[in-house]
Amino acid sequence: MSRVSLLLFICASITLEAQHSYTPDDIAEGGRLFRANCVLCHGPEGDQIPGIDLGHGKFRQTYSEEALIKIIQAGIPGTAMPPHNLQDFQAGTIVGYLRTMATAGHTVSGNGNAVRGKAVFEGKGGCTACHRVGATGSLTGPDLTDVGAQRRALEIEQSVLDPDAEILPQNRTYRITTKAGETITGRLLNIDSFTVQLLDSKERLLSFSKADLQASAFLDKSPMPSYRDKLSSQELADLIAYLVSLKGI
Amino acid sequence: MNRTFSTPALVLLIAAAASLPAPLRAQVTFDRMLNAAKEPQNWLTYSGTYMSQRYSPLTQITPRNVKNLEQQWVFQARSLEKFEATPLVVDGIMYTVQAPNEVIALDPISGRVFWAYSYSPSPLSRPCCGRVNRGVAIAGDTLFMGTIDAHLVAIDAKSGRPLWNTVVAKPEAGYAITHAPLVIKDKVIVGVAGGEYGIRGFISAYDVKTGKEAWRFNTIPGPGEPGHETWKGDSWKTGGASVWMTGSYDSDLNLTYWGIGNAGPDYNGDLREGDNLYSSSVVALDADTGKIKWYYQFSPHDEFDYDAVQVPVLADIIWQGVPRRVMLWANRNGFFYVLDRSTGQFLLGKPFVEVNWANGFDEKGRPMRVAGKVPTAEGTVIFPGNQGGTNWYSPSFSPHTGLFYIPTWANYSSLYIKTEAEYEEGRRFVGTSPRSLIGGANGGASKINTRKEDEGYGAVRAIDPATGERKWEFKMNDVTDAGILTTASDVLFSGGREGYFYALDARNGELLWRANVGGLVASGPISYAINGRQYVAISAGNSLFVYALRE
Repeated sequence: MSRVSLLLFICASITLEAQHSYTPDDIAEGGRLFRANCVLCHGPEGDQIPGIDLGHGKFRQTYSEEALIKIIQAGIPGTAMPPHNLQDFQAGTIVGYLRTMATAGHTVSGNGNAVRGKAVFEGKGGCTACHRVGATGSLTGPDLTDVGAQRRALEIEQSVLDPDAEILPQNRTYRITTKAGETITGRLLNIDSFTVQLLDSKERLLSFSKADLQASAFLDKSPMPSYRDKLSSQELADLIAYLVSLKGI
Repeated sequence: MNRTFSTPALVLLIAAAASLPAPLRAQVTFDRMLNAAKEPQNWLTYSGTYMSQRYSPLTQITPRNVKNLEQQWVFQARSLEKFEATPLVVDGIMYTVQAPNEVIALDPISGRVFWAYSYSPSPLSRPCCGRVNRGVAIAGDTLFMGTIDAHLVAIDAKSGRPLWNTVVAKPEAGYAITHAPLVIKDKVIVGVAGGEYGIRGFISAYDVKTGKEAWRFNTIPGPGEPGHETWKGDSWKTGGASVWMTGSYDSDLNLTYWGIGNAGPDYNGDLREGDNLYSSSVVALDADTGKIKWYYQFSPHDEFDYDAVQVPVLADIIWQGVPRRVMLWANRNGFFYVLDRSTGQFLLGKPFVEVNWANGFDEKGRPMRVAGKVPTAEGTVIFPGNQGGTNWYSPSFSPHTGLFYIPTWANYSSLYIKTEAEYEEGRRFVGTSPRSLIGGANGGASKINTRKEDEGYGAVRAIDPATGERKWEFKMNDVTDAGILTTASDVLFSGGREGYFYALDARNGELLWRANVGGLVASGPISYAINGRQYVAISAGNSLFVYALRE
């Protein structure tokens, strides 16, 4: 290819905001497709190719959303941008995901060192008491093995500093009390009209019939503490760098 | 038209029907269609009868014994698409469609297949929201299927052989047919989907023998026709107004009623100033000519994709002390309506879910808009959200309880963002898509749900048509894409996105029975009887499940 010709084709500013919009589910799907198809070249922040910043609408020329969808599907002949076997809607969710990147800002913690961050994660931070990376750590909190591929640095930083700010629906905490009087708190895996599925603090997968419960409720706060005053700014930067480096297996 | 029977007469009738041996095959004549309620062992048209009440006069399954239902058989479709089809049951044979367009004839006792007819739609077809089909229609010994590449195909009901194949519209321009056709007299009637592609919608009728077009009603009036002035400039040419749910019919009035879809582009009305008739309306057409008799527009200048895609439910009720032919309609826009179906007169409009885009009606029944509740560049939160307070899945009216039952999305909103839209044939023409915590069944369906009640939930809500007041509610954790069936014994069947199929007491909403069918219920249940045994069928996930009382 040539990266140059790619740049000629697609480096320019576009106004991604002025296009379609997508549901959070759509955007999550777009993120998944982005990670599966795009990050190898473009990086998780979409800015790995010099002069192109997918998350901030920086392209070679102005494109409509429809044109971007076509580019994702057909690629750009003569460049390294390959075609992708995606439906209109799927390609559109990628564009929707890129737009959510564009509306976010930057981390405050600055540059860190991932090797030192790993030590913070496993040592002072005590993160493995709840989180797992690979085969190490607990399952009671979200598994972070691929958090660097799933989430952007900005989002990871927010979760470390202010865990209550955004709790994804799949990470909600739920408490039930059985008719026998036992109270169990855990991560809510699924709830329907008649049953509840939890992962409790002992890493047990538990399923209850609602008919057997005397009480049940969401807990609004995350069980995770804020690390704002627990880590130095360098330790925080190192920890974020480590988490960003976790791309899965 | 179909009459409402008194309960004792019904019981006798059903006892007689149920005691018959396996029925002989016969031609499905117009007279049989008119009197479909008199042969409750069959399910002759998409919504059961021309009244479209999804009400079965069968009474063998009752609130007391429904707990003894057990699964009789399962038909596993080879399609992974949503299974939205409602089967027909005609004289001992069941007909359904596995997506996109394969008609299957089954033994309704055993689930074994007699024949399959597989139609291969053009690869140019591009339905917006799944390669789905909601079922077939029958006349004589011929089945009719609309296809996702906008053909209408006639199929021999005994052999599964195609008889004729008529091109209704161009799939490459976004046209599709997803609903079950409606047969009236010697005509089979369909409408075209494609409201997200800038089509110009229409409803058309074809001769059942030849497939030749008999009439066409454009759902967007052309130059010189009344209503054309409700479209700015050339916007009428690409204004959508699709049709994707089956209509109803009143034989005494000889009117067929159809719900019309959204105007396009969906979320940006700037290009199409005006009311945009007949988008988001119900139209009453002369069944012989397709000429419009009356219309009522639920959502003038719709910018929320509210459509008016529900099945028009016809009922003969006492209205303010006087018997009246009415139409009951729970609209995606959050309001429940009662209309006079002879004239289209607006009788009642009342919210059945949270609504913030309108706060009532003027004396003519036009909704009074709330200032500022429109899509904007920044986004506006609108209740109900994009999927609506309800959607295409059939409601039910029980003449026995007198209640109207709505598959409902409660506490549900979307953020509507308006952007530019430019028409290009065959490409989406919508002007953004709203954001919501809850997705449509197409992309958002999931076996996992960790949502809170204030983020939206599904329910069956029972409404008294005389007042619009809610009588009861059955809550689900997740939302619902399932239709509703009621029976003369006051059993209500429905399901939801969680993958349960269940029975409620139609009088009070009490849960009587449930089965885990393991997949999204995105269809309406039916009931039929063979050899005196009542069955209930539901398509869910990728399969069709059939239940009857344990013997």
